[in-house]
Amino acid sequence: MYKVKVYVTLRESVLDPQGTAVKKSLQSMSYDAVADVRIGKYMELTIDKTDRDVEEVVKEMCERLLSNPVIEDYRYEIEESVVL
Amino acid sequence: MRFAVIVFPGSNCDVDMYHAAKDELGEEAEYVWHDETSLDGFDAVLLPGGFSFGDYLRTGAIARFSPIMNEIVKAAEAGKPVLGVCNGFQVLLEAGLLPGAMRRNESLKFICRPVNLTVKNNETIFTSLYKQDEVIQIPIAHGEGNYYCDDETLAVLKDNKQIVFTYEGTNPNGSIENIAGIINKQGNVLGMMPHPERAVDPLLGGADGLKLFKSIVKQWRESHAVKA
Amino acid sequence: MLLKLEPSPEQIKSGKVYQEMGISDEEFKRIEEILGRLPNYTETGLFSVMWSEHCSYKNSKPVLKKFPVTGERVLQGPGEGAGIVDIGDSQAVVFKIESHNHPSAIEPYQGAATGVGGIIRDVFSMGARPIALLNSLRFGELKSARGKYLFEEVVAGIAGYGNCIGIPTVGGEIQFDPCYEGNPLVNAMCVGVIDHKDIKKGQAHGVGNTVMYVGAKTGRDGIHGATFASEELNEQSEEKRPAVQVGDPFMEKLLLEACLEVVQSDALVGIQDMGAAGLTSSSAEMASKAGSGIEMNLDLVPQRETGMNAYEMMLSESQERMLLVVQKGREQEIASLFEKYGLEAVSIGHVTDDKMLRLVHQGEVVAEVPADALAEDAPVYYKPSKIPEYYHAFQAMENEIPAVEDMEQTLINLLKQPTIASKEWVYDQYDYMVRTNTIVAPGSDAALVRIRGTEKALAMTTDCNSRYIYLDPETGGKIAVAEAARNIVCSGAEPLAITDCLNFGNPEKPEIFWQLEKAADGMSAACRMFNAPVISGNVSLYNETNGTAVYPTPVIGMVGLVRDLKHATTQEFKQDGDLIYLLGETKAEFGGSELQKLIHGEIFGKAPSLNLEVEKEYQNQILTAIRAGVVASAHDVSEGGVAVALAESLMGANGLGAEVALEGEAAVTALFSESQSRFILSVKAEHQAEFERLTDAALIGKVTDTSKLTIMVAGTEEIKLEVNQMKEAWKGAIPCLLN
Repeated sequence: MYKVKVYVTLRESVLDPQGTAVKKSLQSMSYDAVADVRIGKYMELTIDKTDRDVEEVVKEMCERLLSNPVIEDYRYEIEESVVL
Repeated sequence: MRFAVIVFPGSNCDVDMYHAAKDELGEEAEYVWHDETSLDGFDAVLLPGGFSFGDYLRTGAIARFSPIMNEIVKAAEAGKPVLGVCNGFQVLLEAGLLPGAMRRNESLKFICRPVNLTVKNNETIFTSLYKQDEVIQIPIAHGEGNYYCDDETLAVLKDNKQIVFTYEGTNPNGSIENIAGIINKQGNVLGMMPHPERAVDPLLGGADGLKLFKSIVKQWRESHAVKA
Repeated sequence: MLLKLEPSPEQIKSGKVYQEMGISDEEFKRIEEILGRLPNYTETGLFSVMWSEHCSYKNSKPVLKKFPVTGERVLQGPGEGAGIVDIGDSQAVVFKIESHNHPSAIEPYQGAATGVGGIIRDVFSMGARPIALLNSLRFGELKSARGKYLFEEVVAGIAGYGNCIGIPTVGGEIQFDPCYEGNPLVNAMCVGVIDHKDIKKGQAHGVGNTVMYVGAKTGRDGIHGATFASEELNEQSEEKRPAVQVGDPFMEKLLLEACLEVVQSDALVGIQDMGAAGLTSSSAEMASKAGSGIEMNLDLVPQRETGMNAYEMMLSESQERMLLVVQKGREQEIASLFEKYGLEAVSIGHVTDDKMLRLVHQGEVVAEVPADALAEDAPVYYKPSKIPEYYHAFQAMENEIPAVEDMEQTLINLLKQPTIASKEWVYDQYDYMVRTNTIVAPGSDAALVRIRGTEKALAMTTDCNSRYIYLDPETGGKIAVAEAARNIVCSGAEPLAITDCLNFGNPEKPEIFWQLEKAADGMSAACRMFNAPVISGNVSLYNETNGTAVYPTPVIGMVGLVRDLKHATTQEFKQDGDLIYLLGETKAEFGGSELQKLIHGEIFGKAPSLNLEVEKEYQNQILTAIRAGVVASAHDVSEGGVAVALAESLMGANGLGAEVALEGEAAVTALFSESQSRFILSVKAEHQAEFERLTDAALIGKVTDTSKLTIMVAGTEEIKLEVNQMKEAWKGAIPCLLN
C-alpha cells in the first residue's frame, strides 16, 4: 500500500486570480511582507501495490487527469504505508 | 439533419440545446448519454453546458474520459460539426480537440448576463450567416470562462483565423484577447463560452444565436446536395 | 456529545441527559408514558429531533391553524414535502419555501447552499420537475466586515448550488436592517411543475413492502440540526459548527434526474426527502401518514464513516438522500433505474402493520417507538401572548411627515439604500436563464417562467416588509400578502396560492408570540381576500442574537398563473408618448418607510393602512386591463414611494424619460409616502379611453425620449434628474457598500 501526496499548482506564467485576491486581502490585514500567493490543490491517494512501478503510475495519473499540463504543474510524494 | 446532444452526468443545458435544435431549428435531435459508444447516424454533435461530474477537479476534466468521447473525436476527425458550449467548450479543451485551458473568472464570481460578441470570422460552418464583425447579443453563464493559451498558441490561432467570437466592450471574465469562442484548424470543432442556444427565441430576450445553428444546417444541406 | 459509551436509560433520566437534547422535563415524562418505560439513548434522540419546533411545530401549531389551506385548485395543502395547485390541462404547480437561517449564520456558503438543496428535494420528492428557485434574504446594513462576509457568502452559496444543479434562480428579495446583523435570514423557495398523474406522496403503504435508501452515504454531519434550528444563537453557537452540512449539488442533480424517472414506475409506493432529522423524520412520517410501521436494519444503511452508532445514523443530516417505499419483489427494477446515474439504491427495511418504528443494529433492536408518537404526538403549546409596550406607543403617534429640504438629493439617497438599490450584483451570479423558459428575469415585479409547450406561464415572487410588521403585525401581515399579490398581478398573472416562511424570535417571550399571532391573522385575512390559500410553509423561531429578536419576518412566496403569454407585463416604460397613470390614493404615511429610516435612522409610528377590499378591487382592474391588452407596463408602488417607483420604471427603459405632475399639499408625501394599494402604469395613447373605462387610475404624465425624470407637485417642479445619474446611484450602491 502506498500513500501518495499530489500537489497541483498553476504554472508560474499563468495568472492566479484567487491567489491575487488572497494576497490583497492578507496585505490589507497588514501582512505587508506577503509578496505573492499561489493557490493550488492537494490530493491524497491510497494506492495498492501492483506489478507496475508506482512512480510511473502516479506520473501517468497526474498527466492524464489530476493536472492540466496547459496551465498546471504537479509534484508528488510517495510513502509506503504499512497496512494495519 | 440529425443532431446528437451529449448528456454527461451533471450536464444541465442539454434540454436547451435539444429544444434549440428541435423546436427552433426544426431539425432532428436526440439525447446521447455519456456512456454510449456510438454516434452512428448523427450529422452533428452538440456538447451542452452544465457542470459535468460536478466540475470537480477541473471543469470538463472527468467528462473527457467518458466512453462517448472516443466517438466525438472520431466525428471531429471525420469533419462533422462539433459544437461545445460553456461546459462543452471546457470538455473540448480538456480533450485536446481545441487548444488552451480555462481559468476561473477574474472576478472569481459566476456571471450570468447577456453580453455583446463580435463575429471575428464569418467564414466558418458555424458563422456563415453572420456578417464579418457583426455584433450580436448572446448570454453567458459561467464561473470559469477565463480562456488562456500561451503566446505561441495565440499566434497560431490568429494566423489561422481560429478566433471566431470575441467579447465586445467589457471583457466579462478576463480571457486572453477577449476570446469568447475558438475553432479548430480544420474548421469543424467550435468551442464557445456564450450560450447561443439561449438566444433562439425573442420571447426569451433575443434570437441572435439562431443564425449559428442555421449556419450549420445550411452548410450540411449544401454539402449534401452536392453529394446527391 | 458523540459518546461511545451511551448513558443508560436510568442515567438519562437521573442525569437529565435529555435536557441537553432540548427535551423538557414534562416532555420526558410524556415520552415515558407513551413507551411505558424509560427511553434508551437512541430513542431519546429520536424524540428530541421529532419533537423539536423545526419538525413538530409544537409552538406554532395553534397559529398555523388560522391559515386558509384549502381552495378549488388546491390538490395538496400543508403536510407533505410541498403544496400542489392545479393549473389546468392536467398540470399542477408544486412549491414551498424553507428557512436555513441558523446554518447560514454559522457557515454562510454551505448553510445557504444546503438550504437550496433541501427545498429542491422537497419539490422533486413529490414527483415534480423543479423549474425555478427564488429566495428571500435579510442581512444587517453591510457596514461590518462580518455582515458583508455573510451577504457575499450566502449569495455565493445559493449561486453555487442552483447554478450547478441547473435550476434557474429567477427571483427573490433582499432587505437590510440592523436587526438582522447577527441573525441573517436565508429563505429558499422552489417551484416545480407536475402532471397530475405523477403526484407522489411520502407514505409507507403496503405491509411487507421494501424501504429503500438512495443517494449520498450517511456521515456524522449535521447531527441535531433540527434541534439547533430551534435554539437562539449565542456566542457558543460557533462551537456547534459540526451541525452544518456540506452540500453536493452534483449528487443532487443525479438524484433529481433518477427520482423523476423512478416516479414514473408503478413499483414506487412512496418517497420522501431525508431533510431535517434525516432518516428519523422520513421513516417516522412516512409510516405515520400511512398508518403503518417501519422496521429498518441500520447495518444496511450506506455509511461514509466507520463505527457509527444507531443514534448517529438516525440523527445525521447528511444531504442528498431519499427514502423510498417500493413494492416487494420489484426492488431490482428501482435499483437499476438509479444505477444508470451511478447511484446505489439499497433495501434497508420493510413496512409493518404494527405502527412502530423499529430499528435493528448489529442484531439487536436498538429502538422501538410508535411512529405516530414521533410524527404526530409532540406536545402542542399554547404560549402566552402579550401586546408589547412599543406597540401602544407607536399606535398613539400621529403620522409625521419627515422634513426634507432637497427632493432630488433625497430621491438619489433613497435609490442608494441597499433595500431599494439594484440587486444586479446579486442576480448576476445566479444562472436565471438555464432551461430557457425565463421570460421575465430578476429585477421586475415578479419573475415569469413559461411552461414549455403551452401558452401559459407562472409568475412568482417573494415579499415581506418586516418593518411594517414590526410596527403593526396584523396590518403588516396583510401588506406582505397584498404586496406579493400586487407583484403577481402587475406581471399579468392571477394569484394561485402562497407558501410562507415565518421567521420570528423566541416564542417563549409573550411579546414575540403576540407578533406571530397577529401577523398570522393579517396574512390569513389577506389570503382569503385574494383567494390565495397557504399550501406549504415553514416556521423558523428563535431568530435572536444574544436576546434580541429580528423583526417579525413572515416571508410570502406567491405563485400566479399567466393564462396567455400575451399578458406577460413588466415594470419598464416602453415607448415615448405612452401615458403614465397612478392608481390608488396617497396619504401621509411614513411609519416604517425608507424615508423615515433615512432621515431618523430608526422606525416608529403606525404602519401604512391597508383596506383589503380596495386593494382587491384595484388588482382586479389592473388584471382586467392587462388581459384587455391596454397596459404597456405595470409596477407597484412600494419602498420609497411614487418617486422611486417612477425611477425604477425608467431603469430598464433605454433612453426614455418621464414627465409627471402629482397632486397633493406636501411634496414629500406625494413623492415618498409609502401608502399601500398604489400602482404606476403606462398605456399607449391609443388605449387611453379603454384603459380609463376599465380602471380608476389618474393620468399623471407621459413617457418621453429625454432620458430625464421630471416630477411636478402641485405646480412646482420638485425633481428633474438625468436617468443616468439615478441609474448610477441605484446600480452602484451595493458594489460600493461591499468595497
